[in-house]
Amino acid sequence: MEAALQTDTHAHGGGHAHRESFIRHYIFSTDHKMIAKQFMFTAIIFLFIGGAFALFIRWQLAYPGEPIPLIGQLLPSTWVNADGAVTAEWYTQLLTMHGSIMIFAVIIPLLVGTFGNFAVPLMIGADDMAFPFLNMVSFWLFPLAGVLMMAGFFVEGGMAAAGWTGYPPLSAIASMGQTLWIVSLFLIGFSSIIGGVNYITTVLNMRAPGMNMFDLPMTVWAVFITAIIIVIGTPVLAAALSMLFMDNFLHTSFFMPADLVVATRDMSRTAGGGQPLLWQHLFWFYSHPAVYIMILPGMGVVSDVLATFARKPLYGYKAMVFAIIAIAFLGILVWGHHMFQSGMNPLLGTTFMVSTMVIAVPSAIKTFNWLGTMWRGQMEFTVPMLNAVAFVSMFVIGGLSGIFMASTPVDIFIHDTYFIVGHIHYVLFGGSLFAVFAGLYYWFPKMSGRMFDDRIGKWHFWLTFITFNGTFFPMHILGVGGMMRRIYDPTVYDFLKPFQPMNEFITINAMVLGFAQFLLVYNMVYSWYRGRAAKRNPWRANTLEWVAPSPPPHGNFDVPLRVYRGPYEFSSPESVQDFLPQNVPPEEVVAQRARHEKRLAASQTRDGGSGE
Amino acid sequence: MSTAATHTARFNTGIYHGKLGMWVFLASEIMFFSGFFGAFIVLRNLNLEVFTAGAHQLDKVVATINTAVLITSSLTMALSHLALERGHEGKFRLFLGLTIIGAIGFLGIKSYEYMTKFSHDIYPWTDTFFATYFTMTGFHALHVIGGLIPMVWMLGKSLTRGYPREMHHRVETLGLYWHFVDLVWIFLFPTLYLIF
Repeated sequence: MEAALQTDTHAHGGGHAHRESFIRHYIFSTDHKMIAKQFMFTAIIFLFIGGAFALFIRWQLAYPGEPIPLIGQLLPSTWVNADGAVTAEWYTQLLTMHGSIMIFAVIIPLLVGTFGNFAVPLMIGADDMAFPFLNMVSFWLFPLAGVLMMAGFFVEGGMAAAGWTGYPPLSAIASMGQTLWIVSLFLIGFSSIIGGVNYITTVLNMRAPGMNMFDLPMTVWAVFITAIIIVIGTPVLAAALSMLFMDNFLHTSFFMPADLVVATRDMSRTAGGGQPLLWQHLFWFYSHPAVYIMILPGMGVVSDVLATFARKPLYGYKAMVFAIIAIAFLGILVWGHHMFQSGMNPLLGTTFMVSTMVIAVPSAIKTFNWLGTMWRGQMEFTVPMLNAVAFVSMFVIGGLSGIFMASTPVDIFIHDTYFIVGHIHYVLFGGSLFAVFAGLYYWFPKMSGRMFDDRIGKWHFWLTFITFNGTFFPMHILGVGGMMRRIYDPTVYDFLKPFQPMNEFITINAMVLGFAQFLLVYNMVYSWYRGRAAKRNPWRANTLEWVAPSPPPHGNFDVPLRVYRGPYEFSSPESVQDFLPQNVPPEEVVAQRARHEKRLAASQTRDGGSGE
Repeated sequence: MSTAATHTARFNTGIYHGKLGMWVFLASEIMFFSGFFGAFIVLRNLNLEVFTAGAHQLDKVVATINTAVLITSSLTMALSHLALERGHEGKFRLFLGLTIIGAIGFLGIKSYEYMTKFSHDIYPWTDTFFATYFTMTGFHALHVIGGLIPMVWMLGKSLTRGYPREMHHRVETLGLYWHFVDLVWIFLFPTLYLIF
């Protein structure tokens, strides 16, 4: 640590002291900040791929059987029919791949990979992660897995098409694309576990001197708890995927029922039978906690952003920490609420219902504390703040619709409808993705050393916010009206025909929403090269990452660090400024105050003198 | 930053990174095998006759020998760490070599068992019991191989350039992993061979 700090000072003085080769610096880098940028870059590419898939889905739902405009004729014949309209086979692949990509290759890498890697070591005052080499391995497994998943395009039968949940028997007898999907998720899971081990070790072992666990910013707490969920949950998915791979590839019978006969598989030569519900239990044992993997880091980022731009201490810091722990703990117990309709003892269903609803309590603690943080604050509506406020409001809608589905009697009616689709997007887009935007804009000055364009940022925010609601709010109505979640052509049912104008409205909004994201990319790329140079602490925040130069060099800090207080000392009466960074010694604060009062007294005497 | 940082105890917890990381990783490994054990329980209750018949085809004697081999290798692993910590590199090489022999011996006996099954036309797709048997023991064998590689690397380094005493933490971390692999087998052995 000491040696690292010295090298750093040297690096800072000499401009580029560590001259690394291009490959060591940009490709096989072990620097946590570069790895964070690699995660960000790769995940944003996947964001656009997954988004394009969503737009094809929306086109088919609004204008079933009509050719895709402009590019319909250019798409391969395995995807579209002779007119250029989406085929039913491709539609199921689109649904599967949109879900899988957005969850495993966009949201988790952006929240955990990008912010975890970038913010955690900087916020705890460390020079890097605990295991830099493993960190690099963890990143490189991710694009490899992404490419494997997409490689389904080149094999017979196309990409995976059993839904992002991959329920057997369908996923066990499906094509090569499904096998690739299984291998790909296994690799992503492995990458997550390596990352999780790394985050836990880093947070426990590498905090700056003087920094207790309860001096950690909420982002670090959230990533830490998320890493614990990853380490506990992901290996179970890995075990389930291994068994599904055996079923799919070696024709075993973990999840294949004994008497099942389908064209591609004859189970009669296998003695004994499998249990399809077993997959659902194992899958959701990971994938329900995964919902919290996708929201907890966002909650952490938003807590930091809200406190900084409301210029107030975070309301109820310890309650916020314990609420995260409670959500994570309860989140591991409630997986069964995804299976109310797949065959479950009603009594067991009731216990899952109750435990699920209990999660509303810590979630409400968090929401009210965010409101308490903003209450009577000196709000600065910067772009990160706008996105953070959007997170809070959208999370409330997504959270409330979740309670409807947690209730078993209501779930009978709305399960597998567009109500679910509306709910998941309010949590994952309205929640997680707005938090991602908030974090990207918040740390952009630290990452790039430049300020983003505020005007384009605000355009991006308002366009996204309005069309997001235009896209996903009507889905609740469609769902209650009975539109099925995976339907290919809603016009085949008479009772769904009256909803067609609403489907068209959603699709138009979705198109604007999709194309509005180019503003984000334009803003990032343009500002990265042409933006105004950023100061060390442009947001006047308290946490340690703002002590480092912008952008921080290899090894991060150029001054020795010691932590004296918590991360949210805004508008403290002790300080002459409205913020009080964690590393300023108390003597320095007192001295500043004394100097300030002396100056004030001097100017008053002068004013008094001129008045007479 | 430097490799030294992963070996020295840190002021926050007093535990060096490698050991802490390994414990966290082992927690995750427990969950990995728990998935298989959970599946085993469900599938066994679903096909009790198939499982009983399958388990009776397994060779208990060979598996007992294999258990003894693996437990002994765990002992020699601990002894090799102790030797290096005390600075006896010769003893360290001896015990590490014995551990490697134990690991290879375990894999050899396991392959013999697999081969016997294959020669009787028993494969993972034969029935649900053998699907779980081959998957669980197969993943365990992969973990044995995963421990064998760093052991061979350490022994090679010790024989060519010498293995410094200060690096005994790496041996300790590897030992933690090796004891875990041993422990998984201690659970697999009664579950697959003995309880039926």
